[in-house]
Amino acid sequence: MSTLIKQDLFEGLLESTHSGFENSRSEAKTSYLTQGLPAAKAEEYKFTGITKKLEQTFPQLSPAKPFEVSAETVKSAIFEGFSGDVLVFTNGKFQPSLSSIIDGIEVSLLSEKSETAIGSIAKPGKDAFCALNQASFEDGIFISVPKKAQIEKPILLLSFNKENEGAAIQPRVWIEVGDFAEVTFIDQSINLSASPYFINKVVEISGAHNSHVHYYRLQNEGKNAFEVSTIETDIQKDSKFSSVTISLSGEMVRNNLSLNILGSNSEGNMYGLYLLNGKTHVDNHTNVDHTVPHAESNELYKGILDDQSRGVFNGKIFVRQDAQKTNAFQQNNNILLSEDATVNTKPQLEIWADDVKCSHGCTTGQLDDEALFYLQTRGIGKDQAKGFLLYAFAGEVLTHIEEENFRSYCTELVQARLGSKI
Amino acid sequence: MLSIKNLHASIEGTPILRGINLEVKAGEVHAIMGPNGSGKSTLASVLAGREEYEVTKGEVIFKGKNLLDLAPEDRAREGVFLAFQYPVEIPGVSSTNFLRTAVNQVREYRGQEPLDAVKFLTMMKEKMKLVEIDQKLLSRSLNEGFSGGEKKRNEIFQMAMLEPTLSILDETDSGLDIDALRIVSNGVNQLKSDKTATIVVTHYQRLLDYIIPDFVHVLYKGRIVKSGTKELAMELEEKGYDWIKEAVDSEATV
Repeated sequence: MSTLIKQDLFEGLLESTHSGFENSRSEAKTSYLTQGLPAAKAEEYKFTGITKKLEQTFPQLSPAKPFEVSAETVKSAIFEGFSGDVLVFTNGKFQPSLSSIIDGIEVSLLSEKSETAIGSIAKPGKDAFCALNQASFEDGIFISVPKKAQIEKPILLLSFNKENEGAAIQPRVWIEVGDFAEVTFIDQSINLSASPYFINKVVEISGAHNSHVHYYRLQNEGKNAFEVSTIETDIQKDSKFSSVTISLSGEMVRNNLSLNILGSNSEGNMYGLYLLNGKTHVDNHTNVDHTVPHAESNELYKGILDDQSRGVFNGKIFVRQDAQKTNAFQQNNNILLSEDATVNTKPQLEIWADDVKCSHGCTTGQLDDEALFYLQTRGIGKDQAKGFLLYAFAGEVLTHIEEENFRSYCTELVQARLGSKI
Repeated sequence: MLSIKNLHASIEGTPILRGINLEVKAGEVHAIMGPNGSGKSTLASVLAGREEYEVTKGEVIFKGKNLLDLAPEDRAREGVFLAFQYPVEIPGVSSTNFLRTAVNQVREYRGQEPLDAVKFLTMMKEKMKLVEIDQKLLSRSLNEGFSGGEKKRNEIFQMAMLEPTLSILDETDSGLDIDALRIVSNGVNQLKSDKTATIVVTHYQRLLDYIIPDFVHVLYKGRIVKSGTKELAMELEEKGYDWIKEAVDSEATV
C-alpha cells in the first residue's frame, strides 16, 4: 500500500525545474506519485523503515547544492596504493577540473547526452526512490567505454557528500560498455557533512556482447548518512558483470542491486560484506533475472553484526521459462556478536524453467567457541583469536575483489575493524 | 611442576571430576587411563581452561602459579599445551600466520624477542621434520581437509613450535594407524627432556608401547582410583576396566 500524505517530504525536489529529459522526468514523476514512498508495512521495505526514518530526521528534503573541494582534499581522500583514474563528484555533480581525463573513454554530463535512454534499465515503475531520482536528479554523468577497449586501470568514482542548503543528494550515473570491452569501477563516497544527508542514487549499466564490467563499492560514510541506491545492469550475450559491495557504516543504507541477464553464456557475480556496529542498518536487496538459457549467477553475502546493528538480505532470483540450463547460486551467512544485533535474511527464488541448477542457503550464528578456545590454547589472546576467526569468515568475500590495490585497502580496513591485523 | 589437589569440576551442574589429586614433576610421563566417561578428557580440558567446565573445588598449581586463575592463552604462554582429541578445522586461517602469531605471542609473554620471518621459517622447517609433516599442509588453512592422522601430527608439530613445559595429549592415539602412531609418538619422545613433563590421556595401552610412562593412573567416576607403573597399563589391556569398576563400585556400596 502506498501513502500519499508523506510525499511532501520531497516537494522541494519535485518542484524545482530541471533541464533535459523532460519526458523521462515527467513519466517518472507520475510513477513516483502513483507509488508513493514505501509505507511501514510495504513488502519490499518491510525491515527497512526508510520513509519513517527520513521523516523523523528531515523536516523537508530539498536538493543539496554542489560545492567546491580542493585538490588536496581529493588527493587525501584517494586510498593509499590506488593506481588509476579518478572522477570526482560533489553532491552528485561531476567536477571535471578535479577529474582525470581517461584515455579511450568518453565522459560527459548526462545533460549533454539527451538521447540517453535513462530509465530503460532501472525502470522507475519498480521502486519509488528510483522514480524520484529520475524525476528530479540535478545532472548526472555519462560514461561510455567503446568497443574492444580494455581499460586496465580502475576508475575511481569518488563522491564527496555534505548537507549544503539542502540534504537530498541524487547522483545519476549512466555507464555503457561496448562489445568486447572490459572496465573496473570503484565507487566510494566521502562524508564531509556535519549534519545528516540523504543519498538517492541511481546507476544504470549496459554491458554489450562479450563485455566485462567490475563494479566495486565501499560504503563507509558514517552515522549521518542515509542512503537508498539503485544499481541495475543489463548484460548481453557472452558477457560478465561482477560486483563486490563492502558496507562498513552508515545510519540506514538500502542497496538495490539488480542484474538482468539478456544474453546466453553470460555470468553475473554479486558479492557483499557488511560489518555493522552501533545502530547501523544495512539492507542489501539483490535481484538476478535469468531471461535466457545457459547463463550463470553466483551470489555470496556475508555479515558480521555487533551492538544493536541490523542487517537485511533479500536475494531474488528469477529463472524465466526460456532460461533452461541456468546455474544460479546464492548464499548469505551471518555472525551475530551481540544479543541485540538482528539479521533478516530471505532468499526468494522464482523458477519457471525445468532444467536448471539453483541453490540457496542462509545461516546466522555466533562465533565458534570451540575454534576460539583452540586458538587460545595456542597462546593467542582472546581478542586477537576472535579477530582471526572473524576475518577468516569475512575474508572469503574480499578474495572476489580482483583489483589488487583495492583489495589490499579493503583487507586493511576490514582487519583493523575486526582486530585481526597480523 | 604441576600439583592438582582435590579438584572438583562440573558441567552444567553435573559433577564430572570429584576430587583429583595428582603430582607431576619435571622429566616425568604420566598416563591417565580409564573407561569412557570417567572424566579423562574433562581433566585435560580443565587444565587447558575450557570455559564450559566449572571448577567447584580444589586447586591446580603450575610452576608456583594458580593455574585456574589464568585465561587459556596465559596458561599456554606459561607453558601448558593441550593436544586436542578433535583438532578444530578453521577455514580461512592460514596455518603459517596462525602459528607465527601464536609463537610470537608466547615469546613476548616469556620476554623473548619475536621471531622474524626468516627465523620463524627456519624453526618451522626444523620442527616439521620431527613429525614428518609436509610443507604443503602448512600452506593450507588450519587443519582444513586434513586427515585424522595429519591433524594429530599437526598438533604435535604445534607443540614442538610452542616449546611447552607441560604437554597434555588428549587421546592423541585415537583413530591413528600404526604408522601415524609411530610418527606422533616419536615426535613426543624427541621433545621430552628433564625439564618438561607429559600427561598422556588414553583409553588404550597401545600408545604406551611407544611413549613409555613413569606412572599410570586409572580414572573412574571422576577420581583416580588406582595408580601404578607401566605394568598397570598392561594389566588393563589384558583384563579391561571391569575389575577396577567392580572393586570401586563394591567399595562404594559398603
